[in-house]
Amino acid sequence: MTIVAERSKVETATAPVLQVRNIETFYGPIMAIRGVSLEVRPGQIVTVLGANGAGKTTLLKTISGVMNPQKGEIIYRGADIAGMEPDRVVRAGIVHVPEGREVFPLLTVEENLRMGAYVRSDQEGVRRDQDMVYSYFPILAERRRQAAGTLSGGQQQMLAIGRGLMAAPRLMLLDEPSLGLSPLLVKEIFAIVRRLNREQGVTMMLVEQNAKVALEVADYGYVMELGRIVMADEAARLLQSKDIQEFYLGVQGDTQRGQKRWKQKKTWR
Amino acid sequence: MDVLQLFVSGLANGCVYGLIALGFVLIYKATEQVNFAQGDMMMLGAYVTLGLHNAQFMGLPFWVSVPIAIGTMGLFGYVLDMLVLRRMFGQSQIAVVILTIALGFVFRFFAGLIWGHEPVALETPFAGRYVPIGPLVLGLDEVVIIGVTIALTVGLYFFFSRAKLGIAMQASSQNQLAAYYMGIPVKRVNSMIWGLAGAIAAIAGILFASKGTIDPSIGLLGIKAFAAAVIGGFGSLPGALLGGLVVGIMEPFASRYITAGYALIMPYLLLFLILVFRPHGILAQMHSKKV
Repeated sequence: MTIVAERSKVETATAPVLQVRNIETFYGPIMAIRGVSLEVRPGQIVTVLGANGAGKTTLLKTISGVMNPQKGEIIYRGADIAGMEPDRVVRAGIVHVPEGREVFPLLTVEENLRMGAYVRSDQEGVRRDQDMVYSYFPILAERRRQAAGTLSGGQQQMLAIGRGLMAAPRLMLLDEPSLGLSPLLVKEIFAIVRRLNREQGVTMMLVEQNAKVALEVADYGYVMELGRIVMADEAARLLQSKDIQEFYLGVQGDTQRGQKRWKQKKTWR
Repeated sequence: MDVLQLFVSGLANGCVYGLIALGFVLIYKATEQVNFAQGDMMMLGAYVTLGLHNAQFMGLPFWVSVPIAIGTMGLFGYVLDMLVLRRMFGQSQIAVVILTIALGFVFRFFAGLIWGHEPVALETPFAGRYVPIGPLVLGLDEVVIIGVTIALTVGLYFFFSRAKLGIAMQASSQNQLAAYYMGIPVKRVNSMIWGLAGAIAAIAGILFASKGTIDPSIGLLGIKAFAAAVIGGFGSLPGALLGGLVVGIMEPFASRYITAGYALIMPYLLLFLILVFRPHGILAQMHSKKV
């Protein structure tokens, strides 16, 4: 495919930690993912952008094993994990931080974090990681005995990310961390996401509707529309792209294009 | 004094109801299924112990039979969920209700087939003995029932608040999808909850059998325990125990002070009043559950 050919130009020496190849996922009769391929390299932040219903969340669910693809392969560190049970995927080192926070409302902050480390048995490492999470999110340390359901939206998002970190993931799938948060909080959360990536070396796959913040932290970006990937490039170049600016960043420049959707525009597929 | 005596015997009964109600609520909280065979699982627990211990069957020592029976019923609950209930995933609530009612019939039939339909007594070492506490004379069986229930409650409290598996059970009942994302094997955890409910049912059965004779239909006690669970607040573990105690304590007083025929309906009258005036039960623990 065109995308793959284009990708090879920017290919670096490191092997990808995750390779998604032509997966197709259905909700009953409805095809939500129509043959998506992408790659995530170690240490990168890769973002997947797209509007509502583009299939971004389904893509993450397919990778984390909550949904099974009908076709295609998901190669994680050399092995195909497509269709594997979620608990085995977590054990393998992929953790999915779901959209809309999804904390355990009646458990305390500390118990939520403990559940993040459910698949681990190294007490020492779990304790170290808990301290690490508290150092990134000091507010959680303050509220450690409080029920998670009583936290504010931003704090719950922090808890969801912290809980994901407790699994000591190699690859973190972050689903719309900006959802329903104020711009200031979004900024704060993304700053922490970037620090986690740089300082802890967590590879991230970040799904977002908020294209601007996502592209600012990401190394590489994909744009999804109606279950397909319609654009792929380095994040900095996507940020400069006229189409992205018009469709996702809301920049109304001198463009006088008739088409407002990619679907009609792309002729190369 | 009379009042105290009635109170203690009611308390002992209430403990048994409370333990069965606990089984209902455990399963409901975890899987949103109502197990109407919970009372019959209690009956099976009593009969398995009886089959292992009583001289006419295997004649094992009591303190050997009890742990084997509890373990067997725990395993039974686990396997029942794994092989039967898990297949009902995605079916309507009512299908599960009918299935569990049917399972209750099946259990009753098999118990009758194996151990007979005649009332039999479990030969416990504490039957027919009495402990004088001050001016009160309590049956040793009642003291044992109350003591075991307290110990079990404390044990379960620590299990659910401290143990990783206990917290994971809470987690998967509060947000099943998030539990999946965290790598908690939700299906296996649900089966373990059925196992736990089976083990608790066995304990309730042994306690119940220590108070008198049993026959395969004692599982119908489950209906009263179900009422107790609703009174206490379906979805709250302390509520289930409390509901059981309320119903249990009410009974001897009702039969003492109210005309015989009316005494029997008291638990259900209370259920009716609770549903009208406090629909979520005494200890309501309601939160919107994300599925």
